[in-house]
Amino acid sequence: MCVTCGCGESEPVTHSCDYPHDDHPHEHGHSHAHSGARLIRLERDILAKNAEFAANNRRLFAERGILVLNLVSSPGSGKTTLLAQTVRALRDEFPVAVIGGDQQTANDAERILAAGAPAVQINTGKGCHLDAHGVGHALERLPLPEGGVLFIENVGNLVCPADFDLGEAHKVVVLSVTEGEDKPLKYPNMFAASGLMLLNKTDLLPHVDFDVGHCLEHARRVNPDMAILRLSARTGDGMEAWLDWVRREQRAVLAQQASYLETHLATTRIRLTLRGG
Amino acid sequence: MHEFSLCESIVETLTTQTRQQGFTQVRRVWLEIGALANVELDALRFAFEIVRQNTAAATAELDIITLPGRAWCLDCGQEVNINQFFDPCPLCGGYQWRLTGGNELRITEMEVE
Repeated sequence: MCVTCGCGESEPVTHSCDYPHDDHPHEHGHSHAHSGARLIRLERDILAKNAEFAANNRRLFAERGILVLNLVSSPGSGKTTLLAQTVRALRDEFPVAVIGGDQQTANDAERILAAGAPAVQINTGKGCHLDAHGVGHALERLPLPEGGVLFIENVGNLVCPADFDLGEAHKVVVLSVTEGEDKPLKYPNMFAASGLMLLNKTDLLPHVDFDVGHCLEHARRVNPDMAILRLSARTGDGMEAWLDWVRREQRAVLAQQASYLETHLATTRIRLTLRGG
Repeated sequence: MHEFSLCESIVETLTTQTRQQGFTQVRRVWLEIGALANVELDALRFAFEIVRQNTAAATAELDIITLPGRAWCLDCGQEVNINQFFDPCPLCGGYQWRLTGGNELRITEMEVE
């Protein structure tokens, strides 16, 4: 008998939806399990495990008032130079730390350390992205920048990191003018997932065929809500607007932490009062 | 490339659930993947065949159901079909829409014995 709907079929039934089968949506209402088998509904996100680790990371960041930014881009967009300059500019205002992801070498972490912030490198080996579990373990090797900013420099790859929530407040996508102005259209998932886009290496604009207007139009088409800033990490041009954005977001995290703590404190006081004596 | 990570996640869920519910083998699994999800289906199938080896899902067949991209157009005030992130609204030609469906990555069901 079919164990799904008890319809009395005793012979193995060919499933109503035969492989290959990915070009049309359909229902499973009348699918039959083979005899001796059972259908189990799971309704579970494939990335559920990563989401759990990301939620743990996010809770820790909120408790410690840490703004976490996940920097994503293609290889060679200038993320490490940008981060080194950012660390130099902000390290005296609040604690800053960096987690860097690369397949191999600790070169990037060394450049960040030289800029004056604690940094750890995650070598993903053959992996093409960081995941929330790996970031959780990296946090054990890093002094947490309480009340400050943790930058996560993801593996240079505009595809895979888009799917993996690390517990960050925002993904920040870095695009340089030496790349194609149609990258937002070619890698839409990443631009759709990002809260801020930094157009980097603007000092090279006179030397390359890069239409900024087109690029921004493409980016807005994919993600109308994304903020966009132009800068050159090398010359410092436009850096102040980016630093202000980071300061503002950091402040918002602190304000949120303060409001949570105030509510928590008020609740605890009321409990104490009710307890009497 | 991250299709391998996704398959590791899928196989882990399948094997854990199979064991916990007292079964030994997964025969078939159904996934729902949104048309705008960041997944290459051929790569996903290829990775699944490799990752499933030596697990309770070693002979499991993979059935993938694609869900269409859906969006709410703010200008039109209604739901429309979207095939790509850079598609304009098919009604008004604008880009002020928000995705409401099509980025799913879900294991919906499995057949075990």
